Amino acid sequence: MKARVTVTLKTGILDPQGKAIEGALKSLGVDGVASVRQGKVFDIELAGADKVKAEAALKDAADKLLANTVIENYRVELIG
Amino acid sequence: MKAAILVFPGINRERDMARALRLISGSEPAMVWHAETALPAGTDLVVVPGGFSYGDYLRCGAIAARAPVMDAVRDYASKGGLVLGVCNGFQILCESGLLPGVLMRNARLKFICHDVHLRVERSDTPFTRGYNAGQVIRVPVAHGEGNYEADEETIKRLEGEGRVLYRYCSADGVVDEAHNINGAAHSIAGIVNDGGNVLGMMPHPENHVEDIMGCTDGRGLFAGLTAHLEKAA
Repeated sequence: MKARVTVTLKTGILDPQGKAIEGALKSLGVDGVASVRQGKVFDIELAGADKVKAEAALKDAADKLLANTVIENYRVELIG
Repeated sequence: MKAAILVFPGINRERDMARALRLISGSEPAMVWHAETALPAGTDLVVVPGGFSYGDYLRCGAIAARAPVMDAVRDYASKGGLVLGVCNGFQILCESGLLPGVLMRNARLKFICHDVHLRVERSDTPFTRGYNAGQVIRVPVAHGEGNYEADEETIKRLEGEGRVLYRYCSADGVVDEAHNINGAAHSIAGIVNDGGNVLGMMPHPENHVEDIMGCTDGRGLFAGLTAHLEKAA
């Protein structure tokens, strides 16, 4: 089973990297970019086939390591 | 002093730290590998040194904070044991939950490597008793992620409880945005936990302890710790 955990910065947390990317996009002349926030994507393969167990394991992984919940939110998706 | 210096893959300031501790306390610190599950018997100071543990993968300090030895450090700290984290060590202590908040990318995105001035906010702690309150010291910094941030509530609590021990300032002790090198909330360079026994700081006092380094302002921190532990013993 494949899964994806997406980690993003919470609203209001300063993101200097996102700001720098936003500046670069503007200087490249990419139209219509209002703002950029940078995050992380983890593609994870799970050994079992139990969806409930998988979601619990992924949530555990995100809470314990993948995200720092002081500044980051995460989203867990099973993608079959 | 029976200091234990934690060693993680990618750490590179552990020998500077050992040299400073040996020089000032007169005792040889133990080097403790990250995979250990216990600290040496009788340890009275745990030091988490600077460097780039695990290449700063994922987030600075995130992987080191989950190393086996950190369970022993959490246990030791919960009993009041002294812990000092410098630079990557500060990041590791925040990631491990021993200190609140997080160290973000420097506000101006640059890696900063030069001397800075710090104002010592109080002198009545094991980590600052070698200095006077309000004293300005000069020590180096070398970091890309030293911008201390925490939620408003936490910052208010840190300030209210006098837990900010070191702040970035000018040579004459003025704390303002011009001298806040990395954009840290309230110019915070070093904080302690609610028990006052765990200090995390971004600057490197261990690199200003001998005349050959051009400055010895960092000695006070280690001299203070040594005096504190001798008195306790």
